Amino acid sequence: MSDVLALRPRAEALGQALPPLLAQAEHLAATVILGEHGRRRAGMGDEFWQYRPAHGGDSARMIDWRRSARSDAHFVREREWQAAQTVVLWVDVSRSMSFSGDRLREPKADRARLVALALAVLLLRAGERVGLAGEGVPPRSGRGQALRLADALAGDGAADYGQPDTAGLVGHGRMVFVSDFLGDMDGIERAMARAAERDMRGALLQILDPSEEDFPFDGRTLFESMGGSLRHETLRAGDLRARYLDRLAARKDRLAALARASGWHWHCHHTGQGAQPALLWLYRALERTV
Amino acid sequence: MWTLGPIGFAAPWLLLGLVLLPVLWLLLRAVPPAPIRRRFPGVALLLGLADDQTETDKTPWWLLALRMLAVAAAIVAFAGPVLNPQQRQPGTGPLLILIDGTWADARDWPRRIDRARALLAEAGREGRPVAVLRLTDRPEIPAFQAAGAWEGRLAALAPHPWLPFDLGPWASALPGGGFDSFWLSDGLDHPGRAALLSALEGRGRVRVFESPRPVLALRPAGFKDGAVQLTALRLPAADAVSVEVSARGLDPAGIERELARVPLAFDSGAAEATIALSLPPELRNRVARFELAGVRSAGAVTLADDSLKRRKVALIAGRAGREQLQLLSPTHYLRQALEPVADLIDGTLSDVLLANPDVIVLADVARLTQTEQDGLLDWLDGGGLLLRFAGPQLAASDISRMAEDPLMPVRLREGGRTVGGAMSWGEPKTLAPFAEGSPFHGLRVPPEVSVTAQVLAQPDPELGGRTIAALADGTPLVTRKAVGQGQVVLVHVTANAEWSSLPLSGLFVQMLERLAVSTRPAAPGAAELEGQVWVPEVVLDAFGVPSDAGERPGVQGELLAGGRPGPNLLPGLYAGADRRVALNAVAAETGFSAALWPARIAVEGLDTQEEQALKGAFLAGALALLVLDVLAALWVSGRLGNRIGAVRGALVVLAALTLAPDARAQDADRFAIEATSAVHLAYVETDDPQVNRVAEAGLRGLGLRLRERTSVEPGAPMALNLETDELTFFPFLYWPVTASQPLPSAEAYARLNDYLRTGGMILFDTRDADIAGGAGSTPEGRRLQALAAPLDIPPLEVIPPDHVLTRTFYLLQDFPGRHTSARIWVEAAPPDAEQAEGMPFRNLNDGVTPVVIGGNDWAAAWAVDERGMELLPVGRGYSGERQREIAWRFGINLVMHVLTGNYKSDQVHVPALLERLGQ
Repeated sequence: MSDVLALRPRAEALGQALPPLLAQAEHLAATVILGEHGRRRAGMGDEFWQYRPAHGGDSARMIDWRRSARSDAHFVREREWQAAQTVVLWVDVSRSMSFSGDRLREPKADRARLVALALAVLLLRAGERVGLAGEGVPPRSGRGQALRLADALAGDGAADYGQPDTAGLVGHGRMVFVSDFLGDMDGIERAMARAAERDMRGALLQILDPSEEDFPFDGRTLFESMGGSLRHETLRAGDLRARYLDRLAARKDRLAALARASGWHWHCHHTGQGAQPALLWLYRALERTV
Repeated sequence: MWTLGPIGFAAPWLLLGLVLLPVLWLLLRAVPPAPIRRRFPGVALLLGLADDQTETDKTPWWLLALRMLAVAAAIVAFAGPVLNPQQRQPGTGPLLILIDGTWADARDWPRRIDRARALLAEAGREGRPVAVLRLTDRPEIPAFQAAGAWEGRLAALAPHPWLPFDLGPWASALPGGGFDSFWLSDGLDHPGRAALLSALEGRGRVRVFESPRPVLALRPAGFKDGAVQLTALRLPAADAVSVEVSARGLDPAGIERELARVPLAFDSGAAEATIALSLPPELRNRVARFELAGVRSAGAVTLADDSLKRRKVALIAGRAGREQLQLLSPTHYLRQALEPVADLIDGTLSDVLLANPDVIVLADVARLTQTEQDGLLDWLDGGGLLLRFAGPQLAASDISRMAEDPLMPVRLREGGRTVGGAMSWGEPKTLAPFAEGSPFHGLRVPPEVSVTAQVLAQPDPELGGRTIAALADGTPLVTRKAVGQGQVVLVHVTANAEWSSLPLSGLFVQMLERLAVSTRPAAPGAAELEGQVWVPEVVLDAFGVPSDAGERPGVQGELLAGGRPGPNLLPGLYAGADRRVALNAVAAETGFSAALWPARIAVEGLDTQEEQALKGAFLAGALALLVLDVLAALWVSGRLGNRIGAVRGALVVLAALTLAPDARAQDADRFAIEATSAVHLAYVETDDPQVNRVAEAGLRGLGLRLRERTSVEPGAPMALNLETDELTFFPFLYWPVTASQPLPSAEAYARLNDYLRTGGMILFDTRDADIAGGAGSTPEGRRLQALAAPLDIPPLEVIPPDHVLTRTFYLLQDFPGRHTSARIWVEAAPPDAEQAEGMPFRNLNDGVTPVVIGGNDWAAAWAVDERGMELLPVGRGYSGERQREIAWRFGINLVMHVLTGNYKSDQVHVPALLERLGQ
């Protein structure tokens, strides 16, 4: 009884939060499609691959009527990248991702979810199978998957820093890691090694808050991680800035090197910017790895 | 009280707390600012980083100093610092306060009174009896009373505009027994001061207070070398300083104003400074007094009397243009006699008449043209003095021979006579003593004056009365006749030495003076003053402010001749029979000497520094330092940056607080902008909020109807405060009169009058149904009379049936509000208004009536609430609604009348215009 009672507000909260996220993601995805191609809606893909005869299961919308009109059969125009791919997303929802350096700025996690979901929407529209790393949402195609993904992305993690879950990896697929990568690098390296073992290519999208990039602190300060597991006290935060920035640059270099080594792509995105460049980059990165 | 330089401390032991400051230093230094807790995922990258500088965990020295300063200020504040602490010396026994109370005190009188009051308060605290003496009073025995009894009398004490005659009697009036004395001296030495001082010293301790400011005085203005000589005195003679003398008098419009201002520079060490002020005669004759600008003292004011006024005398000779020796010129001796004392005008008779001289002298002029004669007669009617001298031409002419010429006092016999000459018998005639009643009475007749030729007067009944000087044989020498306000005087000899030796003698000058031809000498002699009663016209008080003497009794000339102001003889302007004499607080020969006090007597300046408690200032300083400390601590700990917004907000609040006075100006601007953004109907705020509400609702309703029915679209009605708000933005004011309304101030009335003169209209509404018929017997009616009395309101009449108000928009015949009285008052039509032929209206097309007065409570009939529903009931049933409708129509007519003026009145010309168009 109490479960049911507790479930309903949560479900409602979810219901309130998710459709906007999804709508936002779809909106974002739409800008990418239009921006990339700018053609009539009928041509989803940009590179023509072939016409194939339509068969059961193809919606009427997918039929190329111009081609079909020249003959008696119905044809579907296929894009080059029509072959179904499996894309596995890992979105870091740990506590550190809920950081925002400014009240007016969204937390990093929000941006991560938005970009990941928008990518998923794009991929799903293109017919790919998209899933989340871990056991929760195995890769599937179809529009309903977007809802499931949105649902799965809503939760917050309890860990201070996220570690990739490599449970549901599919061989020869694509992998996308979205995180701030501020935590322990071992987990990430391990995860990438496992992914490489399965011949997965992919992209690392590092999402950082501008204040993590600038370190605009001064004076006596006690720094704590979001979960409180780590703390560091300094008397002059301003003096640490240069050294912090050095370490951050080293971290980025390491990530880039890691990605290069396994043929992946790495990109650092700031929540101070708009979400669209990150999405564009991700989309391109996946196209490149195809 | 423990003192440190000029600062004393009420609780000096608290200052020991300052010793603790070093301890505080160590404590504060050991405690670094508290850390900020910051959630930051990047901490993972920070782990293991050590601070470079370990000493920064201590508070920076300047922050420490700031805090120490704040604490030190607080400690000092609680120790009760006092600037210029007054060392109270306990006195015992009675206290005698002596105040000189002369005009020299007047300059800083309030400060002297304050000082005396402080003494009284002190004596009151100590329970000492006090007596206050003003040394310019008559000597009296000081009565010692409780200090409180003197408080009220002290405030009423004013200085006198004279100096004490002798302080000696005061010494003898002092009571026995010991008492302390306190002498507020004016800095001048007065006779008997030493005696009084020694007598006081015999009774007890004497303290003396003197003002360090110099005593400034102005001597009576003299006249020399064609310029007014002004001399100022000062005491003590110190550094070079410049003062300004201003000459004040009536301007041609009769308003007193400054006519001239001249700087007067004292050289270093000089006690006197003199300047010559050259003024045009017109201006000089207007000067009523000279005063040292900015010095409030009777000594710094000197009144100008007749001696400064110079008469304008026109000299006209009959034989002008002929070359002759100067000594034979008919006007030579007159010119010599008058030049130093009068302004001479030359020219033809018709020219000099335009200058309106005081005196015209015709030396041997026989014939005048008719124009000149008429002009002279007019001038005589206005009070001129025509002085004629005989001569060969006059003797040869037949003027005033058969009938008396209007410009001659007597008829003349033909030819005249010559006595004592080579061809005649007899001795030259001498002058008879001047008879009583003659203006020359009292002048000594010198025996050497002789007359050898003269013109003779015809014996007439009036001759005796017109003769004011005669020869020893009784033949008239000088005759006089009044013409209008003026007079004609004929001297029967020539103005040169041809016929007599009179012009060579001093008597000639004196006679001219007595005839008021020449200006009086500067100082009238005692002989001249004595025997008359002189009536004061203007008197000066000690502050040098002239006032009308009113009903003050006249003074004997003997007293005035003494020349020293006193209780019975205030400085001022005194009028005698034919002249006015000024008695000034400082006479021409007055010199000052400073009061010198023996070395054993402490002389203190009046401007003792006031005790000033500094506790508040120190506490405020400590608080300000602490605020600074908060900001600095925030800045040091890096928290200020994130709070720039908050700091900015605080600054804005501070700025708003300091700029608060500007808010009022902005209010006025906002009011002006609002009032001019549309046509606004306005009402005058009364003291009754209910009336104000109804007035506002009424104007709202009227505005609504105007908007519905006319092209006038008024904004929301505005309330006017007559004292503060500008009226000129409003074409129309509704003024409901309440019985208890306060009268506006004079400035408000000035603005109201301006408003009425420049085309504004006020609707006065007594709201009493005019039951008294305009007689003003209701409270509101009486109040209206009081309110409107200072207003510039033209004659009024009950509104006539053809008034333009009856047809400016609607055709109306009555003007109801909530009441239905038909009598409302508007500006009266000119009496010569005529009814135009064939028209129902009179030909009235000028002006909008500035006021409409009635008692129908129109606002109540117009009133609507916010939703446009009628607020108050009017009448009953349908007829009441009809009455309300007519009331609205009246309001619309009224606003139309204000806005379009007499436009509808011009309709009287419509037939003529149509006729012209038809042609």
